[in-house]
Amino acid sequence: MLDADFFHRWMSTTAASVDREAAHLTELDSAIGDADHGSNLQRGFTAVAAALDKEPPQTPGAVLMLAGRQLISTVGGASGPLYGTLLRRTGKELGDAPAVTAEELARALGAGVAAVAQLGGAQAGDKTMLDALLPAVEALGTSFEAGRDAALAGALATVPLQARKGRASYLGERSIGHQDPGATSSALLIDALAETAGAVGGGA
Amino acid sequence: MSADRQVGIVLVSHSGPVAESVAELARGLAAGGATAPVAAAGGTPAGGLGTSAELIAEAARSVDGGAGVAVLVDLGSAVLTVKAMLAEGDELPDGARLVDAPFVEGAVAAVVTASAGGDLDAVVAAASEAYDYRKA
Repeated sequence: MLDADFFHRWMSTTAASVDREAAHLTELDSAIGDADHGSNLQRGFTAVAAALDKEPPQTPGAVLMLAGRQLISTVGGASGPLYGTLLRRTGKELGDAPAVTAEELARALGAGVAAVAQLGGAQAGDKTMLDALLPAVEALGTSFEAGRDAALAGALATVPLQARKGRASYLGERSIGHQDPGATSSALLIDALAETAGAVGGGA
Repeated sequence: MSADRQVGIVLVSHSGPVAESVAELARGLAAGGATAPVAAAGGTPAGGLGTSAELIAEAARSVDGGAGVAVLVDLGSAVLTVKAMLAEGDELPDGARLVDAPFVEGAVAAVVTASAGGDLDAVVAAASEAYDYRKA
């Protein structure tokens, strides 16, 4: 079972990973976006980690809801409301259970991803974070490792796509040939989840 | 439709100066009487480009007189942030509404309508109708 501490560590691991990869994310975003994805997410997840450390919530759902709220209020770019909605909706789905199974997490994350798709009006193949998250959610039903691999593969598969959402869509065909920064950071989030699960010797 | 409880208008742009200037433009064109409360929420608190949920919430509170608040937005993250704040439920005053309208034209229509004592529905309708005016 995955308790509040597990979710807290997932968010801390994500924050560390975003910190490490911030320059890379911004580099990807400078090709087809406005070159702030890394620094924006870094600011957001730093705030998430600080808020969670200050007053650790007692349930998995509360951890994700607090994290989502922090992202919306601190990021400053579109990734704030998108990731904020993802985590908050997932947290809401988990309710106030003190611990959840991997299956419950995968299902809740599916609802979170659906909320992101609705908020941004995007679908698979639009060259957005959904291209990593949708396959990840599907694969998380099997195992954390499968989820991580699917997210990474999904992020890499955005390279040949033409962007149909966000600022990158204004570039039309010139968006082709670049990996989507949002799909890349989504893969980091799922990778951190698998890493957290691995650290406790868990599995789906 | 009472003039002492006017609809408040919040203008959310990626840029502080854009939000302020559009607010000034709308107030200027609505002049002739007491104009409805308008607040600009542009850029980040540090003065950079982007969207700040904090500034938006503060602006909405400052113009909320109980008759509703119409929120007009410019691009991408401004749209998504306001939608996410509305979904949260308690981030914006009761009666706050995201208006689907062009930013500058919608702002002028909204402020003129609110200043004339129009209710929230009238303000939203006037701002949205700005889409119908084709320029070419």
